[in-house]
Amino acid sequence: MDNLKQELKEKIIENLNLEDMNVADIDDNDVLFGDGLGLDSIDALELIVMLDKDYGIKIADPKKGKSIFESINTMAKFISENRN
Amino acid sequence: MNRGVAITGMGIISSIGNNVEENYQSLIAKKNGITKIENFKTIQSDSIKVGEIKIINAIFEKLLNLPKENNYTRTALLAEIAAKEAVKNANIKDINKYKTGLISATSVGGMDKTEQFFFSDENKEKNKKYILSHNAGDATKKIAKSLNITDFVSTISTACSSSANAIMLGARMIKAGKLDRVIVGGSDCLSKFTINGFNTLMILSKTDCKPFDENRTGLNLGEAAAFLVLESDKIVKKENKKVLAYVSGYANANDAFHQTASSENGEGATLAMNKALKVANLKATDIDYINAHGTATPNNDQSESRAILRVFNTKTPSFSSTKAYTGHTLAAAAAIEAVYSVLALQNQIVFPNLNFETPITETNLTPETEVVTKEINHVLSNSFGFGGNCSTLIFSKV
Amino acid sequence: MKNCYINGVGSVSAQETSDYETFLENYKEITTNITTVCKPNYRDFIKPNRIRRMASGVKNGVVAAKIALTEANLDSPDAIITGTGMGCTIDSEKFLKNIVANDEQFLTPTSFIQSTHNTVGGQIALSLQCNAYNVTYVHNATSFETSIIDAMLMLNDDASKILVGAVDEIGKQTTEFYKEAKIVKPEEIIFKDGLLNSKTKGTSLSEGAHFFVLENEKTTNTYAKIKAVEIYDILEENKIEEKIHQFLKDNQLDIDTIDAVILGNNGNVEFDCIFNNLQNGIFKHTQQLYYKHLSGEYYTANGFGLYLASNILKNQEIPEIVKINHKENKSLKHILLYNQYRGEEHSFILLSSC
Repeated sequence: MDNLKQELKEKIIENLNLEDMNVADIDDNDVLFGDGLGLDSIDALELIVMLDKDYGIKIADPKKGKSIFESINTMAKFISENRN
Repeated sequence: MNRGVAITGMGIISSIGNNVEENYQSLIAKKNGITKIENFKTIQSDSIKVGEIKIINAIFEKLLNLPKENNYTRTALLAEIAAKEAVKNANIKDINKYKTGLISATSVGGMDKTEQFFFSDENKEKNKKYILSHNAGDATKKIAKSLNITDFVSTISTACSSSANAIMLGARMIKAGKLDRVIVGGSDCLSKFTINGFNTLMILSKTDCKPFDENRTGLNLGEAAAFLVLESDKIVKKENKKVLAYVSGYANANDAFHQTASSENGEGATLAMNKALKVANLKATDIDYINAHGTATPNNDQSESRAILRVFNTKTPSFSSTKAYTGHTLAAAAAIEAVYSVLALQNQIVFPNLNFETPITETNLTPETEVVTKEINHVLSNSFGFGGNCSTLIFSKV
Repeated sequence: MKNCYINGVGSVSAQETSDYETFLENYKEITTNITTVCKPNYRDFIKPNRIRRMASGVKNGVVAAKIALTEANLDSPDAIITGTGMGCTIDSEKFLKNIVANDEQFLTPTSFIQSTHNTVGGQIALSLQCNAYNVTYVHNATSFETSIIDAMLMLNDDASKILVGAVDEIGKQTTEFYKEAKIVKPEEIIFKDGLLNSKTKGTSLSEGAHFFVLENEKTTNTYAKIKAVEIYDILEENKIEEKIHQFLKDNQLDIDTIDAVILGNNGNVEFDCIFNNLQNGIFKHTQQLYYKHLSGEYYTANGFGLYLASNILKNQEIPEIVKINHKENKSLKHILLYNQYRGEEHSFILLSSC
């Protein structure tokens, strides 16, 4: 699980071009959207594609992303429960 | 009274008809043009529906008498068909008898050809002639040449509101006395680029779109072109021109909220509608029909409904989105809906909002769902796009 | 007609023009067939959370706009009008490449969103939280000029402060095709004997962003006054002189009252003859200037031309590097810009000192 969380942080920084950030800057419980890391609805769509491409998990309704992408913890939990 | 700028001709091609008359017949017959994609291959073809014109490029090339080695993109082909109909309809014999301009609009440009060879070696050689027809201005230049318009020729691209701004600039230039006559409109064809682009935003519907419905599932893309001929009062008087309707109001505002999404309270849309009413010197209660942007995405229809309520309060006039007929034709949308607005004024008919069942809970607005005959003096038409671009046009009866 | 003053100028180009306190001090003549901009420190102008999605053209546009607004001391204009010949080429290429490479699968939205032609105008509006009129012109080499025409129409109506400008950026794949189509010169060192003496086809491709604040009122920062702008998409070569005479006459001027003419020579032997004929004809006795050996060629390169003209009129001094010929000028009152691209999209801009 810790490996997955580390991997997710790396991917988020890379895929979303968070050039000023390091893995160490993101806490597992940090809020990713809005006031937290500052991600927005476009980032949510990027993350939906990442789940599909890298973990084989399809999300049909973008609204569902909100709870899944709340933090690194929620994302890791969702992926480990749903990946094949 | 300031009646606005005279419309003396119009032309259109869309998935519901190849000219003005065919479009009108489809509208009153409630016949939509939404189907599966047939003209080109895409892996999205089974998962989405579109407003596709079922005529292939080769036929258009023949219809337009183009030489074999032409480099027309589909955007240019559609544009020329519609622009020629408009000029013919305006009964123009000598285009350069008066100072005439051309303002077109596109968002796709020549991407339909570019995407076939840009990153694939296989089609490169035979498609090289399309390198320069990629540019957004290319289709405009082609119709300018074919209509022999040489001086003021321009192209606008403000995503899905593009042709509204072309109509607006044209009307302003005539009002300012810079041009005597101007052909205004827009053209966009379907392409893999736009289909996949909108798909990444997860706003494409798998079924026929349902504008303003609580259970709407996104938009259908479409392709179309439409042009209007605008002429100064001087020409109208001198040539005893038949006026179809007037462009009486126009406005452009920016939502300045998000790059693609509309603000929840419809700020940009509200500003555009209010300003257009001011330009037309009309009150909200003077509007008899709203041809809404109504793309059927969850975001647009919510935001636009809110804006309509802000402008019209409890007295919302008849309204409908015609996107369920044609799909969302992007940069051409405002131009084809301008033609539909003029048809509404000429025939005193409100066109129905197809596929509607349940009002949006939050705003509780119900569009017209049948062909309704009523007195219509002023039609307001909305077009909004990425980048926060919101435009409103008002058309008035002769 | 109400007045139209240039009260703020912002430029990002192949020269160090984003250093707005200097004017062509450390210029370098272009010697390559592809030249990118001299990059400003973007982070001085754009917030990190916005910058992360921006391709270079968008960044350059936002920076040029901010410089112009700061100079004019303007927070929120009555209109934002942008011109771009090619639009956001980098993100268009990126999205298209992904479509082909992944067979239309696993595509992400960012490059598509950033690929629309109105991205720069939209981003400026977003960063200023500006709800005003916002439009983007995309007609090749008259995109920028149409933007000014629109701005002047608005200033004559109910607007008093307008941000107007133009952007183009270099896309890698597009450039490759331009080389094949001989629009761009093939060899690496192209102007050994100077751009004016070029004997080959094609030009040197570059990129840039130029924004201007246009206002009804004169200020202490006023550069110049725009008197008139006109465009002709098609103009027969033998009609150009006549149109120039008419344009000047419409503005109560004639050739003799023009203190300098800025021409768009780009080193393409095929079409520079149009400029050469005017140089040896109508403008024979006029101070002739050029700039594409400094800016490179792109659809909105005339933005650099207007940047040059504005500074010349403000400083009342012409840098030697832009002179084609040498004429005595007591004072610089009127400058005419004439540009055309590949024999089409002709434009006239008339400026006066204040």
